[in-house]
Amino acid sequence: MALFALRRFLLAIPLLIGITFVSFLVIHLAPGEPVEVQTGDLSVQSTAQARQALRELYGLDKPFHVQYWKWLTRVVQLDFGRSFQPDGRPVLTKIGERLPITLLLNAVEMLLIMAVAVPIGVLSATRQYSLFDKVTTIFVFVGFATPDFWLALLLMILFGVQLGWLPISGLRSLNSEYLAFWPQQWDFISHLILPVVVATFGGLAGFSRYMRQSMLEVVRQDYIQTARAKGLPEQIVIGKHALRNALLPVVTILGLSLPGLIGGSVIVESIFAIPGMGQLMVQAVFSRDYPLIMGNLVIVAGLTLVANLCADLAYGIVDPRIRMAARRRRR
Amino acid sequence: MRRASPRAVRLLLLASLALAGCGIDVEGRSDEPVAGAGAPAHGDTFIQSSISDIAGLIPNITSDSASHEVGGLVYDGLVRTDRNLDWTGQLAESWTFSRDCMTLTFKLRQNVRWHDGQPFTAADVLFTYQTMIHPKTPTAYKDDFLVVKDAEVLDPYTFRVTYSRPHARALQSWGLNMLPKHLLERYVADGKLKESPQNSQPIGTGPYRFREWKSGEKIVLVANPDYYEGRPYIGRIVYRIIPSQGTIFLELKARGVDLASLTALQYVRQTEYPAFRKAYRKYRYPSSGYTYFGFNLKDPRFADRRVRQAFAHAINKQELIDGVVLGMARDATGPLRPGTWAYTNRVKRYEYDPEKARALLAEAGWKDRDGDGLVEDKEGRPFTFTIRTNQGNEERKKVAEIIQQRLKEVGVGVEIQILEWSSFLKEFIKKKRFEAIVMGWGVGTDPDQYVVWHSSQNGPDQLNHISYANPEVDALLEAGRSSCAQPDRVRYYHRLQEVMAEDLPVIFLYFRDALPVVASRVRGVEPAPAGIFYNFTEWFVPRELQRYTSG
Repeated sequence: MALFALRRFLLAIPLLIGITFVSFLVIHLAPGEPVEVQTGDLSVQSTAQARQALRELYGLDKPFHVQYWKWLTRVVQLDFGRSFQPDGRPVLTKIGERLPITLLLNAVEMLLIMAVAVPIGVLSATRQYSLFDKVTTIFVFVGFATPDFWLALLLMILFGVQLGWLPISGLRSLNSEYLAFWPQQWDFISHLILPVVVATFGGLAGFSRYMRQSMLEVVRQDYIQTARAKGLPEQIVIGKHALRNALLPVVTILGLSLPGLIGGSVIVESIFAIPGMGQLMVQAVFSRDYPLIMGNLVIVAGLTLVANLCADLAYGIVDPRIRMAARRRRR
Repeated sequence: MRRASPRAVRLLLLASLALAGCGIDVEGRSDEPVAGAGAPAHGDTFIQSSISDIAGLIPNITSDSASHEVGGLVYDGLVRTDRNLDWTGQLAESWTFSRDCMTLTFKLRQNVRWHDGQPFTAADVLFTYQTMIHPKTPTAYKDDFLVVKDAEVLDPYTFRVTYSRPHARALQSWGLNMLPKHLLERYVADGKLKESPQNSQPIGTGPYRFREWKSGEKIVLVANPDYYEGRPYIGRIVYRIIPSQGTIFLELKARGVDLASLTALQYVRQTEYPAFRKAYRKYRYPSSGYTYFGFNLKDPRFADRRVRQAFAHAINKQELIDGVVLGMARDATGPLRPGTWAYTNRVKRYEYDPEKARALLAEAGWKDRDGDGLVEDKEGRPFTFTIRTNQGNEERKKVAEIIQQRLKEVGVGVEIQILEWSSFLKEFIKKKRFEAIVMGWGVGTDPDQYVVWHSSQNGPDQLNHISYANPEVDALLEAGRSSCAQPDRVRYYHRLQEVMAEDLPVIFLYFRDALPVVASRVRGVEPAPAGIFYNFTEWFVPRELQRYTSG
């Protein structure tokens, strides 16, 4: 097993390097360069001379392969460099200050989606073609099809402007640091309600449909028949025997969506003025901030590979056939 | 102090350096009575909305308008512009030019201290100059300082610069934010200015001290009690970073922000209800950017001045201004902003007159020879071309569409192509692969626009994209930028505007209005040609109307 893990890990390294090479290439091929953005492309004050000086400063005048090699050797030593933007802060610091809020939002959203989508999926599978099934199907697809910026604005107008129950945007109120502990927590939570609702509503469709499909397959299996024949109550048949098996494929999908936890949603973040990863990345792309874009890509690519690796290992544990195959090969 | 989309920011970079002016109409109105009520008082918090985060806290090395806005309150320059956009002393008490315009001597204020208590002296000015010209300082504003021949400290409160030839922007360039030598000297020497603590914890001499910057969330400034012109009234300023225009507007409706810029549609149609008019006062004054319809003058069709004049007659500017920005703009007659000292409107105008347009086209050899509605040249080739503009700017798209419609009426066929900003610049503008464009220029305080119109400035990385070359314009631009005597310069620039209005290198369309709103509890806002922000330190909220603590 350890050998299997090691092999997979070693294979992931060239893959990661390949990903960074292609990304580096694509970013440099995109029109526009950091220098232009910084001097303000068409500002009357910036001249060709000033731009050339900046290019030399960032090493952008060097050939592509030299730039990539320099970048790669630094990243191997875990030095992601400093942002090209005028704040010049280290890439890892910039990512570090945006990551917690994005992780929190995405984790809460993911939990909520599971909490709502799993029951919806199970119930609509066990009552296939019932009124409940039809209504929830329409509901989740409406959620799937609603543009999130539009829903966000409607909710903001209703709860923020008309009713005044919830804050419209941001993470904390202006006076938040003067509040006592619990009111301060509530202040923070109340700012997260609308963004989480908007993001969850859009994500329900996928999981609830997977759940429904998976459940429909499981309830047709012989062992469910057997369980019913034993005279077990329906709740136990569905809740214990069927649900556990039906959850397996859904958990796999969940595992694969883990890297998505660190990528923020640009639209939700922009509309609710939440300083998360999505905004950071978009800003980095617009200003052609190569070190920051690459830093983020390496982290996402790395996480994806790790998630894949874990999924493979988990299969190995769950499904003896994979383990056996590996052992046979070794012999 | 203005808000703009990132795209507009690039174009209107110099917006924070306002223009000079007189006699332009500026407006401010609200249902709330303004005068009389409440005496000036210290305190309260002023909440601004900013569509983008700041890039850094040393504005000398940033080029986004948000950084310059925040930096302008933390740092001071030697000079600044007043309500009429005339230059006045800030850290400098006075200045004198030598007779030949080559030497400029500043007398500095003696009672100024940095926010950390150190005194501000001429050594800091010299240091700031040296920072700007240091080869490793990543700044876009070097050029004004590279032309300095010599800079010297005569005594702790006297600073002198010498130029090798007269430099029109000499005085204006010293509006630059002054940086503290005692904190930054070694970072500049190592070429690490960007990485200095100052870039996230700035120490300046300005009316506000830096308190905190939460990346992507907010920036907080507090009043500097030791400011040499007296402590500013408003105790705390919070810049809330809200990247969506729609959200800013909703926050405004919920009274969550005290200042925001409106779009023309919001200004005219969506804010005219009583509750809004009670909570905010609206202001309107010309901004520092204009929109134009430009041509590739290397194209023989557009090189003919009669064709450009014909187009000018074919376009109904008032219709354009009403249709595109609901009338919230002013006619542009040339590249200088109306109301500034070098501006004149005694230039050739082109009234809407399709007949005249057709006659001019015919004179240039373009007639409808086959009766298909399009004009053709002698060889029978129809006059058709493509207008290109950038994506994400509805206004420019609408301008292009209205022009398309009007030119069709005089027999000219127009296609429109909308392109992503970066590729538009790189693939089309810089490589001069365009026939016509709809674009904008931001204009600075000084009328010098040598880099835009001079025939020597048409290289791939330069700004005369349209390849304009007119010997008289060249001579006037050179004369204008090499004098420091305002009466002489006025003559050169008036003539320049006359020549350009006649020659029409581009068709100047309009200067858009800035449309800010300010919470009506804030008093002391006095609209002037410079806008409303020139006297921010004098704004106050009467004690009984204060809404927040001041931190």
